[in-house]
Amino acid sequence: MKRRKLSSTLLTVLTYALALGLFFPILWMVLTSFKPEQLALAMPPRLFFAPTLDNYRVAILQSPYLEFLWNTLIITVSATGLALVLGVPAAYAMAFYPTKRTNSAMLWIMSTRMLPPAGVIVPLYVIFRDLSLLDTHLGMILVYAGMNFPLVVWMVRSFMLDVPFGIMEAARLDGASLLQEFTHVLLPLLIPGLAATVLLSFIFTWNEFFLAVNLTSRSASPLSVYISSFKAAQGNLFVAKMSAAATATVLPVMLAGWVAQRQLVAGLTMGAVK
Amino acid sequence: MATKALPATKLGSRIKPVIQPRRWLSAPGIIFLVLVTQVPFVLTLYYSLRGWNLLRPDSDTFVGLRNFSRILGNSEFYTVLGNTVYLTVAVVAITLVMGMILALLLNRPFIGRGVIRTLLISPFLIMPVVTAVLWKNVLLDPVFGLSAYLINLMGAPAIDLLAQYPMQAIIIIVSWQWIPFVMLILLAGLQSMPESILEAASLDGAGGWTLFRYMILPHLRSFIEIALLLEMIFILNVFGVIFVTTSGGPGIVTTNLPYQIFLEAFSRWNVGRASAYGVFAVILANILVVIFLRVIGSQSEQAA
Repeated sequence: MKRRKLSSTLLTVLTYALALGLFFPILWMVLTSFKPEQLALAMPPRLFFAPTLDNYRVAILQSPYLEFLWNTLIITVSATGLALVLGVPAAYAMAFYPTKRTNSAMLWIMSTRMLPPAGVIVPLYVIFRDLSLLDTHLGMILVYAGMNFPLVVWMVRSFMLDVPFGIMEAARLDGASLLQEFTHVLLPLLIPGLAATVLLSFIFTWNEFFLAVNLTSRSASPLSVYISSFKAAQGNLFVAKMSAAATATVLPVMLAGWVAQRQLVAGLTMGAVK
Repeated sequence: MATKALPATKLGSRIKPVIQPRRWLSAPGIIFLVLVTQVPFVLTLYYSLRGWNLLRPDSDTFVGLRNFSRILGNSEFYTVLGNTVYLTVAVVAITLVMGMILALLLNRPFIGRGVIRTLLISPFLIMPVVTAVLWKNVLLDPVFGLSAYLINLMGAPAIDLLAQYPMQAIIIIVSWQWIPFVMLILLAGLQSMPESILEAASLDGAGGWTLFRYMILPHLRSFIEIALLLEMIFILNVFGVIFVTTSGGPGIVTTNLPYQIFLEAFSRWNVGRASAYGVFAVILANILVVIFLRVIGSQSEQAA
């Protein structure tokens, strides 16, 4: 028994060590973001230092950061909203009024989410060019809504299928309209599921890069495009400021992901694993 | 899936005459999805048969399968395809082993499990482009990077990982991102396992390895399949990390299919060739998607 306890403690220590090791790059980025620039690349690396907020001030306020943040916000919020407006009614129809073709329609919807973006980027570019959608918020909102629509349909439908149908039947017998049935009966039950769906859609849109870098050039570019401009070192005094910009960029998504942890698996596998 | 659909079907058929129009609530979304995904794909097929270069507007003529024969006749294509497969298979192998170890470790009760789990999923949440600049400029920099310090500390000669072993460096970075994905799915699998079975087996004297090999692994099979197939489908699309760290180089050593399409389309402006490459990317992904849909199909049959 004693041996067992010892080996259990060792396994726990190993778990801590592995977790810390894998998290370390992120921790290091956050630490670097608070270092004075001349200490950021000091050799040997400094673990202790007088933290400064200077990097954040410079990286966020004295750079175009906020313009890219605004683009990211407007695109992410609108694309998620549009995906919900189109996806929730579709999920409703597929959950409560299935036809013979519903199953194959669901699988087709899922397969569009797995279509490689690189396989459609050329026509998207040409269409966007002809419709003057290149480098516009509207263009990015449309492609990202298309990217998130399958996620919304699959997740929301699975949450709807969990709603006991007796409740909905009772509402209908009382003569509730479609809108009343939705707002008074379904919505209250769906709120946790919808929240998880919104968070996941937000994460995927926020982080997307391939479509953004090819369909925008500057005025509608989101943060991912801005951060990618740090691919070339910009002089010696930039690592701490880059870390500050990067930390500020990933923070909202990390928080969203931590909140939506429980639904993360269902969202990532389109409900194949719960 | 199948079992859950049953009550809804009953409900639908019972009140059918009044509410049938509600079926059409899915129409706007489906039309939208066709417009943003299927129309571009059909156009990809169309453009792949044309010689169009955006820099020469008069070049937009039908050329049959010339783009495909040019691609297949050039050794570059096989290098790019090989890189794509190498990157995908290596990442999948590494993340499977690491994800399995971490899932098994997390599937035990210990203090701080929630916090550790939260720390472990974080690499997956980070924007891939941030991951790339972080590894490139802060961790792997040959002079100032943390890895340079550690290597120096161990007395090993300095190396510039991204310059000397670019593909391996990219594999490490992408694996770091995807370990949490595999871990989460396998952990969900482990937690769906009835504990009583494991207890009974261990009371019968089954050791750790026996338990893993004959009880846990068979139970996890469908979870492993789902994790690997989904991971492969998405890793075929890796772009941001390559864009930031190596730009596909040196030469085309780290160029995968998406990066090649990007180069053909947006630095050579060769619409025809890029589209033909796009067709290959779609075919490759669709092979995996078809297998994936089969796996979930058979899974829901078992559940029903």
